[in-house]
Amino acid sequence: MKTRRILVSAVGICLFSCWIRAQSLDPTQLLKPLADSWPTYAGDYSGKRYSALTQINQSNVKNLTLAWLARLNGGPASTVNVQTVVGGEGEGEFGGVTIKGSILEVNGILYVSSPDNAWAVDARDGHVLWHYFWKTRGGTHIGNRGLAMWRDRLFMETPDNYLVSLDAKTGKELWHVEISDFDLQYFSTMAPIVVGDHLLVGTGNDLDEPGFLQSFDPESGKRQWVWYAVPMKPGDPGLETWKDLDAARHGGGQVWVPGVYDPETHLYITGTGNPSPAYTSANRGEGDNLYTCSIVAINVDTGKMAWYYQTSPHDTHDWDSAQTPILVDAEFNGRMRKLVLHASRNGYYFTLDRHTGERLVSTRYSETANWAKEMNKQGQPVRDPAKDFHVGGSLVSPTNTGVTNWPPPSFSPDTGLFYVPRYDAYAMYYLTETDSRGAMGLGGKEEVPVASLGSHLVAIDYKTGKTVWSHQYPSSSTVVMSGILTTAGKLLFAGDNAGNLIAFDPANGKTLWHSRIGQVSNATETYMLDGHQYILAAAGDTLFAFTLY
Amino acid sequence: MRLATTMTVAFCVVLVAGATHLVAQAPAEGARGGRGGAITTGYPTRPPTDPAVIERGRLLYSTNCAFCHGADARGGEGGTNLLRSEIVLNDKSGELIGDILRNGLSAMPKFDLNTGQVSDLAAFIHSFRVAGYDVSRLRPETIVVGDPKAGEAYFKAKCASCHDVSGDLKGFAARIDDARVMQQTWLMPGARGTRPSRPPAATVVISLPPGQQLEGKLVRIDDFIVTLVTADAAEYTIRRDGQTPKVELRDPLRQHKDLLRIYSDKDIHNVTAYLESLK
Repeated sequence: MKTRRILVSAVGICLFSCWIRAQSLDPTQLLKPLADSWPTYAGDYSGKRYSALTQINQSNVKNLTLAWLARLNGGPASTVNVQTVVGGEGEGEFGGVTIKGSILEVNGILYVSSPDNAWAVDARDGHVLWHYFWKTRGGTHIGNRGLAMWRDRLFMETPDNYLVSLDAKTGKELWHVEISDFDLQYFSTMAPIVVGDHLLVGTGNDLDEPGFLQSFDPESGKRQWVWYAVPMKPGDPGLETWKDLDAARHGGGQVWVPGVYDPETHLYITGTGNPSPAYTSANRGEGDNLYTCSIVAINVDTGKMAWYYQTSPHDTHDWDSAQTPILVDAEFNGRMRKLVLHASRNGYYFTLDRHTGERLVSTRYSETANWAKEMNKQGQPVRDPAKDFHVGGSLVSPTNTGVTNWPPPSFSPDTGLFYVPRYDAYAMYYLTETDSRGAMGLGGKEEVPVASLGSHLVAIDYKTGKTVWSHQYPSSSTVVMSGILTTAGKLLFAGDNAGNLIAFDPANGKTLWHSRIGQVSNATETYMLDGHQYILAAAGDTLFAFTLY
Repeated sequence: MRLATTMTVAFCVVLVAGATHLVAQAPAEGARGGRGGAITTGYPTRPPTDPAVIERGRLLYSTNCAFCHGADARGGEGGTNLLRSEIVLNDKSGELIGDILRNGLSAMPKFDLNTGQVSDLAAFIHSFRVAGYDVSRLRPETIVVGDPKAGEAYFKAKCASCHDVSGDLKGFAARIDDARVMQQTWLMPGARGTRPSRPPAATVVISLPPGQQLEGKLVRIDDFIVTLVTADAAEYTIRRDGQTPKVELRDPLRQHKDLLRIYSDKDIHNVTAYLESLK
């Protein structure tokens, strides 16, 4: 009896303490592996998107059922049950909602974003708690990859290049700072990443401007450091890989997809974007154009690069290497290694050493990519210039979309496999600008689709780079634009290209459960609340939460 | 290869629709084409300027700047592309450009211009459209670059088992004005790159117990559902459970798709030149 009373009061204390820290997140929590909540872009710093939760598993997934759905309204009007908080430096109103980012789950509350919009939603029933709307100056409203949380505040990037800090409890704005130059046609979509007292922020650009990663003080919004992906002044390393300094300073390499973090080395490991001009590259010189299309390791304390590995030397197709890498500690050639796994938009897969960037494995995981002639001694694909484009058209795979794109991959320690969507398609690339100086940005060519040979979910062995199994979606013509979740329940969740959310067996690709909720537009997540595990996915403007009863 | 008359689902409709969709979702960070205009999704354009001002600026530019920076400000003998320059992009009406002109910058000498001249010069430089999706200025006249004789030989070797230029392909190139559309169309019927597409489509054969078969044009398919229209225009939607029932897809474009791995660009250009020569 006595024991029981103690238990009851312990529960009471827990409930109380949960309540008082209900809208706060200690940044040290982010150092833990993914458990009951989803407090950062990939759930945890490793990027595995592997949850230890097992309540939903292979034996019961067939009973998975809808707990709730919530359609989110964007724009300035308070059409939900709460007053919309309106901020912004412009007059433009972008109300369209498509959820293409990660959703945070912290202490029973979901934090959701779409360009210019943020919401807090009750994770138990989808009830909207607050909505924030940003009036925009403009900019490319292609997507928002999610929010970041530090203590009692949230952070959002806007397409017109502000970093906005919100009170997590009320959605009221605390401050906003400009993070890149709107006049230079930057636009910002990345989910910020909190590492201790650093807030890591990237932006995008399609007009020959340099890419960079910045760190801000999450308390004050003051900039701590900036790391440029291209040489910016005489003597900078990598300058020899460009025609000249002006070419380098307009060479792109945007950092637009969140990376991962290694607490042991304090390295933030992320992919960089394509060099610019993207297609007509003569004015970039003949070199590799460092550090575009690379996996780079940046020390979060100093903003200095520790190592890099370039996955597409001198890219000429806008196939960036921004796709989220995954950190795993696993056996390789008979000993435990600390690894980085990465499947690139260009159709090649890489296993790297996490401390040095040394390439251990690289393979072509696309069945059709035809733009490289060979691999060099460093394991990099060597571009075939004849496949850049041609006045009469050059038949190239992949298409601009790439073999994969921003949708995040996953790694399951249970199977030792890396999972990624793969799209094998061809397009004709026509050179449309014969001025020897080429075009700016994405100009100079026109890409006309020819055919898709297949849209797949594939499982890659990190030790060999070989595809262990692949599931071809029956409708092969369209690409899959949703990411992947694996769980210790021996499940893999992915959206297909026909509007289904599917649970697969991660060992062999067998389908176990599905629900046609519409085109899944982000990567599925999971969280545990009140003793129930939830599976959370977004399709366009609607959230769907599934559970077992 | 014969173009089946029982055409079905819209590989290409899907592809074209998909391409539009992709533009919105997938590209690097791609705004890509067709985005300008609305303030909420583009970059503001500069306010219109009196053409007389731009003309004054052009004259000043052509005598002072064009030699190095090119007549179109995109770079020339030693001078950088001004249109993508941070200074020019941040400049409103000469206030930043004027600083550079008055003081010089690295290899660039000083220029003795008054405030009005600087403002005119800036107006000229700002009169160019600047966007990530740069519009082509010097477009090639044609995409037909191949050798028709070599194309004829290739056609006879690889295409003639299914196609005949005096049969199914009689007047083919003549029917399609744009050579690029013609090339896309022979490469992959339906993948014209323009709308509307007229895609051939797959036939689906479903084995139903006991020993029955249902055959028709594929409407849609995923891992769990298949919909088809039979010859008598009846539409069926059938649940799929793994391999049950057995579903066989016959893609009339299969051989065209298989050839994508085989063609060289030169083969494609030659066949196009051959087909064009039959106009």
